[in-house]
Amino acid sequence: MDQLSEPCPSGPRSAGAIHVATLAPGADLPGFRTAARRLIAAGIAPDAVVWQTERLSLFGAEAAPADAPPLALPRAVTDLIPMVVPHRDPERYGLLYALLWRVTRGERALMEVASDPLVHRLHRMRKAIGRDLHKMHAFLRFRRVPGADERYVAWFEPDNHILEAAAPFFVDRFRNLRWSILTPEASAHWDGTLRFGPPGRREDVPEGDGFEAGWRDYYESTFNPARLNLDAMRAEMPRKYWRNMPETAAIPALVRAAGARAQAMIERAPTMPEKRDPVRAVERMAQDEPDSLEALNAIIARSEPLVPGATQAVLGEGPIGARIAFVGEQPGDQEDRQGRPFVGPAGQLLSRALEEAGIERSEAYLTNAVKHFKFTLRGKRRIHEKPTAGEVSHYRWWLDRELDFVAPKLVVALGATAVLALTGKQIPITRARGPAEFGRPYGGFITVHPSYLLRLPDEAAKEAAYRTFVDDLRRAQDLAA
Amino acid sequence: MRKATRRIDPHADVFIFRSMDEKLARKLRILADAAKYDASCASSGAPKRKAGADGLGSTTGAGICHAYTPDGRCVSLLKILLTNYCLFDCAYCVNRRSSNVARARFSVEEVVTLTVEFYKRNYIEGLFLSSGIIRSPDYTMEMLTRVAKKLRREHGFRGYIHLKSIPEASPWLIEEAGLYADRLSINLELPTEASLIRLAPEKDGAAIESAMGQIGERIVQAREEKRRFSPAGQSTQVIVGADATTDEALIRKSALLYGSYNLKRVYYSAFSPIPDASSALPPQAPPLRREHRLYQADWLIRYYEFSPDDVANAADDGMFALDIDPKLAWALKNRHLFPVDVNRADKTMLLRVPGLGARAVEAIIKARRHGRLRLDDVARLTSGLKRARPFLIAEDFRPTTLTDRLDLRTKLAEPAEQLSLF
Repeated sequence: MDQLSEPCPSGPRSAGAIHVATLAPGADLPGFRTAARRLIAAGIAPDAVVWQTERLSLFGAEAAPADAPPLALPRAVTDLIPMVVPHRDPERYGLLYALLWRVTRGERALMEVASDPLVHRLHRMRKAIGRDLHKMHAFLRFRRVPGADERYVAWFEPDNHILEAAAPFFVDRFRNLRWSILTPEASAHWDGTLRFGPPGRREDVPEGDGFEAGWRDYYESTFNPARLNLDAMRAEMPRKYWRNMPETAAIPALVRAAGARAQAMIERAPTMPEKRDPVRAVERMAQDEPDSLEALNAIIARSEPLVPGATQAVLGEGPIGARIAFVGEQPGDQEDRQGRPFVGPAGQLLSRALEEAGIERSEAYLTNAVKHFKFTLRGKRRIHEKPTAGEVSHYRWWLDRELDFVAPKLVVALGATAVLALTGKQIPITRARGPAEFGRPYGGFITVHPSYLLRLPDEAAKEAAYRTFVDDLRRAQDLAA
Repeated sequence: MRKATRRIDPHADVFIFRSMDEKLARKLRILADAAKYDASCASSGAPKRKAGADGLGSTTGAGICHAYTPDGRCVSLLKILLTNYCLFDCAYCVNRRSSNVARARFSVEEVVTLTVEFYKRNYIEGLFLSSGIIRSPDYTMEMLTRVAKKLRREHGFRGYIHLKSIPEASPWLIEEAGLYADRLSINLELPTEASLIRLAPEKDGAAIESAMGQIGERIVQAREEKRRFSPAGQSTQVIVGADATTDEALIRKSALLYGSYNLKRVYYSAFSPIPDASSALPPQAPPLRREHRLYQADWLIRYYEFSPDDVANAADDGMFALDIDPKLAWALKNRHLFPVDVNRADKTMLLRVPGLGARAVEAIIKARRHGRLRLDDVARLTSGLKRARPFLIAEDFRPTTLTDRLDLRTKLAEPAEQLSLF
């Protein structure tokens, strides 16, 4: 609320007329905004304005004066104003107005001159408000109100008029709770909507809370008596906050006992371990790794998909000791439903090609780099989506162990994702196609993924690519022999 | 060990609490005491999050300290161990298997309940959960992750979660932990392989660094792919004063860790006397000021454009002076580069002036575009003018002889012992 009175004929500090701007008590940001706009528009200098606050009756406000146009201000100024308005210093509005006056009269970049006495003072006020807000967010303690429904109340005494500015933090944090914050100046209440009300009283908050003793236990136990440093504690947690923080009741006793406790720890000779030396448990601990493909598969099977959606993990298939292993990309729609690798359209094409190349599918080991299906929904269809490099790395550990257990002579990487999983590098297939080195005990071979053949638009190209693919498989078969 | 696993069921039913019973309070005392030697307390670095419509919790980016204990340390997260039973026997650790301290073990449910109930009362920013190694590294890691997962899934908890990762656990367990945690950390504890072998026989330096590498790589990938994996990064802790490693070696090691594994923070923890200490360590008071100097040197590298060589240059025989900070020590050794003109010098050189913080330097650079700075102006831009004066030139000020005075060091040194009355 702002009310600008008529100019007085003479003023004590200025030869010209004195304007009185009256704002509501506390942090009256809208009132200041309206007043400042009108004063600037009227060209009233800062030393001709007296800022005062007064509680206005809710209904007594006279016909609101017409708004002057908004002021175009640098961002640094508009950010500063709401952080200074809650300050308890009665000069706050006058100082802010002096800033606006200078900024709108040629000193646009004034905020950059942090060494200017006015800017310096406003910066310090902003810092004080920032600190007050931070301490309120940190040191306020809720107590649960006894009763069946879950409700919390807190009492807090901020230094400045910050309740409105502080409340959104608690809304963001305790959205699913019902709570009230009471201060000597006003109160805030949340039950799905935020309301501000009249001042509260300390007595309106319950005497205690079922978790306060436990919290104090925690506070006492987390203190290290060998590092007593009271200055550091008091600098960050000034005494004025202590009376509303239940844990601080423990401080005097902790401080008194600290010296003796630390000395006792230093002086006490180390004791000999009186308990067992758990030799067998320590030995067992070292053999914790999955020791068979079944054990590893059990871990993979109960894992959750990295990207939510898949029905199940699709495990590798084929005999341990297979001479040749094929690594694909990730399960598709059919694989995800059936829980088996290479059973969809690409898998069927692979089966046909294997047969033509003279490889018995049941004697080879087939698996995927990524163990879960990833897709985007288009209507009712689940459209396969290529795994990212991060997802491939996430699953890489399992693939490595799996192939260690199978111990094939040759591993065939089908497509770029398999190559990435086996080498850790992005390599274009066209360049790397053929025998390869994966830095593992088994030999490597790189070729395309059968789904690539399915995607080729032109039948002739498809047929030619299929022939080359079968040739690749034959070469791989020879290498694995 | 075996007795305990039989006695306490980790899958006990959901507790519905109005208040804490004495049994739970006792566990909390033991397992908070056992966790306090980990210096990390930060709840910072997570992306800003708000509670969902039906959820609880938020993160602010900068983190909040909800209380301070009389050791001056911040209480931000509920820092506890899942259990302090441990199969490892690290000499510096209060929880090593050969120590005779009281033991306890939380169930997953109990940790979840304590976190949620403390959080609702605005005591904490979230949870920092670590554990002794029980049964096996994999089993332990699975339990830690289970707590985080339950908080996120069943309680819609969006507060901060820091999980200690166990480097000896299988790599896929770290992959999973990163999905629920805001920060992962692996404590290096001892900066050299030799010290690890001598003082922490079950730990494996190579495993530690490879797990750090895995976490670092995954954090970078997830950021690129806009997925969630330990968004507040990873940190580590080294113990100061438990072995003979010099300050210079520690700082060089940190620089390497920051560079190689994309670490957010290295914490330096002055070796602290612990109840029932091992005879492998000399009993001694913790070198708190040494720890402080290491943090200052660490900041010079991260925020003040100092190279590890510059920082090494500030040390004598590899150790930082205790009576002056490493930035001042460097300036005193390089007096020929001073005084620095606040109206002309580039940022790099301004950052080298003792007493000028990184923020003050920013403010100087901005302000001097609009007029030449006098000493009074500088005084409004920094709270460290007393230390900066001998090293700078302003429009109306020049420290004619100050920079060359031999007693400059004595004038600027801090008293040897800070007295503190209560």
